[in-house]
Amino acid sequence: MLGFETILAVTIAIPFIGAFAIAACGRIPNLREAVTLTTALLLFFSVFNVYDYFQGGLSPTAGPFEVLPGLDIAFAVEPLGMMFAIIASGLWIINSIYSIGYMRGNNEPRQTTFYVCFAISIFGVMGIAFAANLFTFFLFYEILSLATYPLVTHKQNQDAKIGGRIYIGILLGTSMFLMLPAIIWTASLAGTLDFAEGGILAGKASPEVLTVLTVLFMFGVGKAALMPIHFWLPAAMVAPTPVSALLHAVAVVKAGVFAVVKILVYVFGIDLLNETGAADWLLYAAGFTVIAASLVALRQDNLKKRLAYSTVSQLSYVILAAAILTPISIAGAALHIAAHAISKITLFFAAGSIYTAAHKTEISQLGGIGRRMPWTMTAFAIGAFSMIGVPPTAGFLGKWFMLSAAMTIEQWFAVGVIVLSTLLNTAYFLPIVYKAFMGKEEEHHDDGHHEDHGEAPLPIVMALTATAAGAVLLFLFPNLFFDLASQLAGL
Amino acid sequence: MAAGPVEVGSFNFMDQLPALQVALPMFAATLAAVVRKGNIAWLIALMTSLSMPIIAVLLLHQTFEQGVISYEMGGWEPPIGIEYRVDTANAYVLVIISIIAAIVMPYAKRVVEADIPAEHQSYYYTMYLMCLCGLLGITITGDAFNAFVFLEISSLSTYAMIAMGRDRRALMAAYQYLIMGTVGATLYVIGVGLLYAMTGTLNFNDLSGRIADLGPQRPVLAALAFITVGLSLKIALFPLHKWLPNSYAYAPSMATVFLAATATKVAIYLLVRVYFTIYGPADIVASHDVDTLVLILSLAAMFVASFVACFQLNVERMLAFSSVAQIGYITLGISFASQTGLTGGLVHLVNHAFMKGALFMATGALMLRAGSVKLDDLAGIARKMPITMAAFVLAGLSLIGVPGTVGFVSKWYLASASFEAGQGWLAFAIMLSSLIAVIYIGRVVEVVYFREPSPAVERITKEVPVSMLLPMWLMVVACFYFGINADLTANTAASAADVFLSAIGNASTGGE
Repeated sequence: MLGFETILAVTIAIPFIGAFAIAACGRIPNLREAVTLTTALLLFFSVFNVYDYFQGGLSPTAGPFEVLPGLDIAFAVEPLGMMFAIIASGLWIINSIYSIGYMRGNNEPRQTTFYVCFAISIFGVMGIAFAANLFTFFLFYEILSLATYPLVTHKQNQDAKIGGRIYIGILLGTSMFLMLPAIIWTASLAGTLDFAEGGILAGKASPEVLTVLTVLFMFGVGKAALMPIHFWLPAAMVAPTPVSALLHAVAVVKAGVFAVVKILVYVFGIDLLNETGAADWLLYAAGFTVIAASLVALRQDNLKKRLAYSTVSQLSYVILAAAILTPISIAGAALHIAAHAISKITLFFAAGSIYTAAHKTEISQLGGIGRRMPWTMTAFAIGAFSMIGVPPTAGFLGKWFMLSAAMTIEQWFAVGVIVLSTLLNTAYFLPIVYKAFMGKEEEHHDDGHHEDHGEAPLPIVMALTATAAGAVLLFLFPNLFFDLASQLAGL
Repeated sequence: MAAGPVEVGSFNFMDQLPALQVALPMFAATLAAVVRKGNIAWLIALMTSLSMPIIAVLLLHQTFEQGVISYEMGGWEPPIGIEYRVDTANAYVLVIISIIAAIVMPYAKRVVEADIPAEHQSYYYTMYLMCLCGLLGITITGDAFNAFVFLEISSLSTYAMIAMGRDRRALMAAYQYLIMGTVGATLYVIGVGLLYAMTGTLNFNDLSGRIADLGPQRPVLAALAFITVGLSLKIALFPLHKWLPNSYAYAPSMATVFLAATATKVAIYLLVRVYFTIYGPADIVASHDVDTLVLILSLAAMFVASFVACFQLNVERMLAFSSVAQIGYITLGISFASQTGLTGGLVHLVNHAFMKGALFMATGALMLRAGSVKLDDLAGIARKMPITMAAFVLAGLSLIGVPGTVGFVSKWYLASASFEAGQGWLAFAIMLSSLIAVIYIGRVVEVVYFREPSPAVERITKEVPVSMLLPMWLMVVACFYFGINADLTANTAASAADVFLSAIGNASTGGE
């Protein structure tokens, strides 16, 4: 076990150092993958070390390292970041196993670049999770945007180029044009950028300024995919599926909603927002996104696109829950971050599994595929049920908290949104499951040679089975995340 | 030398640093012209360039220790003689120029061998050393006319360096710059003449007090106008930037790197000196809306030049337009005339020097191997020259102003100054214009990484030599190091800003 003083710095450094090690082993694929897996395991172990200290009442910190007078890089642990780090580092292990199967199964080029950028992305995630102030957060937020660009454009064809432009354009554009001025404005108003309990802006600005700041921050966090700046997420689907699975269903988008919750709770403070009503608009913007994205998802035939719009919708659940601004709803938001992570990664794993085994990407081609790929489609079904919120899956937990919070304060708009969107979730997920198991297989194929496929390669099946099991286990044993969520909400 | 009881054998080297800073490159220039051999001339230039930062850093250190250093050139007391006056502000600029010179010289050898015929190389290094001497001279002198002399020394040698470029378009570019540069220098000297007629002195410090006594009389204002336009031409402040893109694009690679990182910076320094030290005590700049004019031109530069950069087919021309835009950031910071704003502008002097230095070093390397820096000719070159292109991308990120890079530090100061001044919208303008850099850097990235290599690129067998990669990466590392640990650069820039701001509206300090 590492010392209390160094553990946090070491944890954040592990994926960064890992990236160099992976690059150094680029010529020997087996060694390279071994290094990736070792790094992922080390990171997870290290994150759990941090968790041990944290639950023991000690709060590991790192820094501050002064960049400029008044501008520091500093790290600290708080419940939400702890949760985010556990989710991301845990799923990175499974995703790495999956990546090995997927990248080899599809004979993808430039695999070293892929693994290196992946490790740097996780480095960005760790920095975001443990950032102790807005500047540090912003630094790693941009590292994450930039490190994922080569992954999104991995195929290097015309589609990848266009997708990459939209992706980096929206993410850098929103963060630099909206969030950065908001951060600098906050600094000039509050005189500090540290995340603090109860916020740092109380008594420092008028309600009008606070409203403008919430708008700048909420849309500046482009990764939260609040409509109308959500379209980078469908565009990012040109990436290889492991990237879509871990980064665009978990790490990147969760960094977005994580930022939303963190900024609302630790920069503005719930009390201040309740008093001034500066974030009231957010409830409606998020509600609109939930419903509108679900409606768009219904119309997508491309499986990954449908999953992407489902993600847009689910992210706004978290924002909606946070915008209700009660302790229980904040806890619900935190739990939904965890539940959505494990469920959506399962769904993407399944989509990639289908692509690897059958080279199918459209939902209309999936008739009867469940009989050829029972493991994959069972996992898909579990993920889908979790998204709908059916017990005994993880998705139920977050929704339960959100609904009860909304009902307690009689926020009927939020109740309506959650109920309606649950119906929509059912409408766009269940037909896929039904078609896969009950539907007829297509008689003729464009390319005959994939007809007699079975399951995907073993690493892929292992990974998706593990996450599907996780989605159920999280429902049965939610204590770890439940504790952290309660700590965050001060319950 | 200086009067006073001098003990035998106590000639103090440290006291002569201001003179050495200028005299050494001037002497080396004549030496380089005499030796005729390219290699030896390069060695002379290298040695001189390496010694410059030592002197400059010592000077900067002295200003921190003992305040302003006043050196009487030739033992003639000011205001009769020429005074070299070093304070933290110009010592800071001296350090920037000399460090860039020291990093550029090791890089220079290979590109100069490729760009310049062997029999002309020693002349080329002579011109470079004269240019260095001129730039350092402008910075160190405390005399308005002496500044003009050095301005001409640096300009004339620059014209010659540009004219020695790879093809005939360099001649046209040099000619264009010659005309514009001469007009600029003439306007400047007319302004200085008017000031001399009104005050009877050329010493910056004397001028400062006497103009405060004169107040905003018409000749004083006319002088300000002449000097502003004259120096704006040398700065390439929008819309007087027309000479710059061609000069940078067609000059020999090494000249581009050196000039892009230093030349316009020195002219900016001189303008700041005029605005704050000379005109500051009388508070003429702000009361006659010169600052508003500079603000508007800066914004125009930031947007128009960035926008134009997006459509360039030649990468060096693209970077040149980007330079015009970046100069806009610096002058924007100056127009605030506040501690934060001026610090932002001044810190961007060094930050921009690092990033543009790295970028032009990378394009110089591409030129050496691919024989062209047209975007279409560079398709897929990242596969052949991954180290160079990685440097380009990282320096490009710095240009965009991603956090963790020097570009971010500059933007942070400028945007903070906007909010301090109650002009929050300017912060958004700054961010928006920096996002245009995403487009033009991204365009290069797409071509060099995603496109299939062209036949010409396919023939490239190896990276450029270490002697070029090392300086290039030194610049890149500086872009990140001073982005994460900006104490050194930002604090020095802040002290320099203090020097300038201490003169504003404070007429009593003039003419000590």
